[in-house]
Amino acid sequence: MSLEDLKQIPFGKTVIELKNISLAFGGVKALTDVSFDVKKGEVFAIIGPNGAGKSSMLNVINGFYKPTSGAINFAGTDRNEMEPELAAKSGIARTFQNIALFKGMSTLDNLMTGRLLKQKQNFLMQALYFGPVAKEEEEHRERVERVIDFLDLQSIRRTPVGSLPYGLQKRVELGRALAMEPEILLLDEPMAGMNVEEKQDMSRFVLTVNNELKTTIVLIEHDMGVVMDISDRIVVLDYGKKIGSGLPKEIRNNKTVIDAYLGVSDD
Amino acid sequence: MIYKETGQYKSSYKSDHAIFPLLQDKIAFSTLMFIAFLIIPFVINSYWEKAILVPFLIFSLAAIGLNILTGYCGQVSLGTGGFMAVGAFSTYKIMTYFPDMNIMIIILISGLITAAVGIIFGLPSLRIKGFYLAVATLASQFFLVWLFNKVPWFYNYSDTGQITVSERTMFGIPVTGAEAPSYATYLFCLVLVVTLSFAAKNLIRSKMGRSWMAIRDMDIAAEIIGVPPLKTKLSAFAISSFYIGVAGALYFAVFLGAIEVTESFDIMTISFPVLFMIIIGGLGSMLGSFLGAAFVVTLPIGLKFLMVDMVGLSAVTAKHFEITIWGLLMIVFLIVEPHGLARLWSIAKEKLRRWPFPY
Repeated sequence: MSLEDLKQIPFGKTVIELKNISLAFGGVKALTDVSFDVKKGEVFAIIGPNGAGKSSMLNVINGFYKPTSGAINFAGTDRNEMEPELAAKSGIARTFQNIALFKGMSTLDNLMTGRLLKQKQNFLMQALYFGPVAKEEEEHRERVERVIDFLDLQSIRRTPVGSLPYGLQKRVELGRALAMEPEILLLDEPMAGMNVEEKQDMSRFVLTVNNELKTTIVLIEHDMGVVMDISDRIVVLDYGKKIGSGLPKEIRNNKTVIDAYLGVSDD
Repeated sequence: MIYKETGQYKSSYKSDHAIFPLLQDKIAFSTLMFIAFLIIPFVINSYWEKAILVPFLIFSLAAIGLNILTGYCGQVSLGTGGFMAVGAFSTYKIMTYFPDMNIMIIILISGLITAAVGIIFGLPSLRIKGFYLAVATLASQFFLVWLFNKVPWFYNYSDTGQITVSERTMFGIPVTGAEAPSYATYLFCLVLVVTLSFAAKNLIRSKMGRSWMAIRDMDIAAEIIGVPPLKTKLSAFAISSFYIGVAGALYFAVFLGAIEVTESFDIMTISFPVLFMIIIGGLGSMLGSFLGAAFVVTLPIGLKFLMVDMVGLSAVTAKHFEITIWGLLMIVFLIVEPHGLARLWSIAKEKLRRWPFPY
C-alpha cells in the first residue's frame, strides 16, 4: 500500500475497508464489530451520539489506535494496524475535534509543516541553506500559498495561531491538512462551535476540495443539516456498534437511527 | 517612523523568507558585524576579552544550543554543564593524542562527540516529558561530572585532576594557552559563533526547525502529519549538544585554559545560568540567546561596578547583594515578561514603528 496504489484506484471503488473492527480500552468497549467501506472520491460521514466511538474510528483509520481485533483493507492491502507516520505517507490527513495546531507558530509555518514529508533535503544542506534547499523551500511555499488563497488566510499569514479566533483556527487546521495534498481527508467535527455563516464557509471549502481536488472525505459532524446536505453516504454508530448505513435519505428514515440519535420532530 | 517596513515590497518568496527581511535589520546587522570584526579586534584589551567579550560569545553559543533543545523542541534540559564538560574533555583528549591537529578541527570534533553523547542521554525523552525529563537530564549532569572526576584516563592521570590546555595556533597566531593575544582568542570565538549562529538560524527556518516546533507545540498532531517523534527529538538533542559541546571546548581551551571539572562545569555555574539566559533572553528566539547571554555575563560586572566603585561597599558585601539582586531580577522577569528580552525588543520595534505619532 502506498500513495501510488491509492492514486491508481478508480473513482467510486473502495479505498478503505474496515472489517469487523473492535477496540477496547481495558473493559471499556469503544467499538464492537464495526464494518464499513469508504469509496474513492466520496464524502463519507460518520454520525452518532456522543461517546458512540466516532473519533475512535478515525483514530483507528489513521493508526493512532490499534484495533483489538479486525482488519483494515487500505488500497487493496490488508493490515490489522496502521502507524500515524505511515498513514501520513500514504496520503491520509486529518483534523482534530479539539484543534491540534502548533500554537506558537505562525499560520504560514503551520501550513508549511504540512509539507514536511515532501521536503527531502538533509539537515546539513538545511544548515547551509543554499541552492537546492532554498529552491525546495520556495517550491513548497508556493503550494502553501495556494492553500492560503483558497481558504482566505492571507491576512493572518504571520499571526501566531494561538491568538486567532476559534473559527479561523479550525480553518487553519483544515489548511494544514490540505497542504499535505492528501488523497483521503479525515475531518473530526470541522464545524463544531461555529455559527451558521462559518458553517456555510466550511461546507463550501469541504465540497470544493471534494469536487476540484477529488479528495475522498471522511467526516464526523453533529449538524444533521450539514451532514445530510453534503455527504454521499453515512454510517451511524451508537455505543460502539454500527446501527445503520446508507444514503442520507435512507438514514433519515431509518427507524433505529431515529430512535437512537436523530429523534422525531414535533411537526 | 524609524522602524517602518512600508514600501519594502517583496516580490519573491525567497526575499520574503530571508533572515533579515527588512532593510533596517540588514543595516543594523551589517554595522554590528563591521564593529565586531573590524573595530573591536584593534581596540580590545585583556579585561574586555576575559571579562566580557569572550565569555559572552561562548555563553551565546551554549544558549543557542540549549534554546534549540528547550526553546524550539520543547525538551527541558538541566544537563548543559555536563555536556559542556564532554566538549572540554574531548578537546583535551584529542589534543594529547593528536598534537598536530588544527585547533578548529579539534573543537568541531569535540562538538560531534558531545552530539553523540547528547543522543544517548536524549533517548529517555521519547517516554518522558517536562519535569520528568528535566530530572533525567539532571542525572546526566551529575553522571558526566562524576565520570570525568572518577576516571583518571580523562585527565591523563594528573595529580590534581585538572586539565590544562597547550598552545595551539591558527595561521601562526596562538589562540589557546597563556600567550594567546586578546584579539586572537576573540576573533577565533567570534568566527565560530557567527558561522554556527547562521547555521542554527538556517536550520530553524527550514524543515528541521519546523519539525522541532511541531513536536514542541503538539506532539500528537506532529505525528499525524508525519513527523517522527523519536528521530526529531534525538536530532534536537544531537544538534543542541553539538553547540553546547563546542561552547564547552572553547570555554576550556580558549577562555579558561585550565579547569577542574566539579568546579568549572557545576550545575550552579553552568547549567542553571545557561537556562536563565534562554529564559531571560526568550525561549525559541535566536536573538534571545544573545541578549540573555549578554545580560547574564554583564550583570555581575555592572552590579559590582555600581556597588563597589560607586557606592563603596566592600567586595564581599557586594557579592552577597549581587546574588540577591540576581534572584530578584529572575523572579521579576518571569512575572513581568515571561517571553524575555526578545519579546521586549519586538515591543520596542512596534513602538518605533509608530513613533512619533502613536495611536
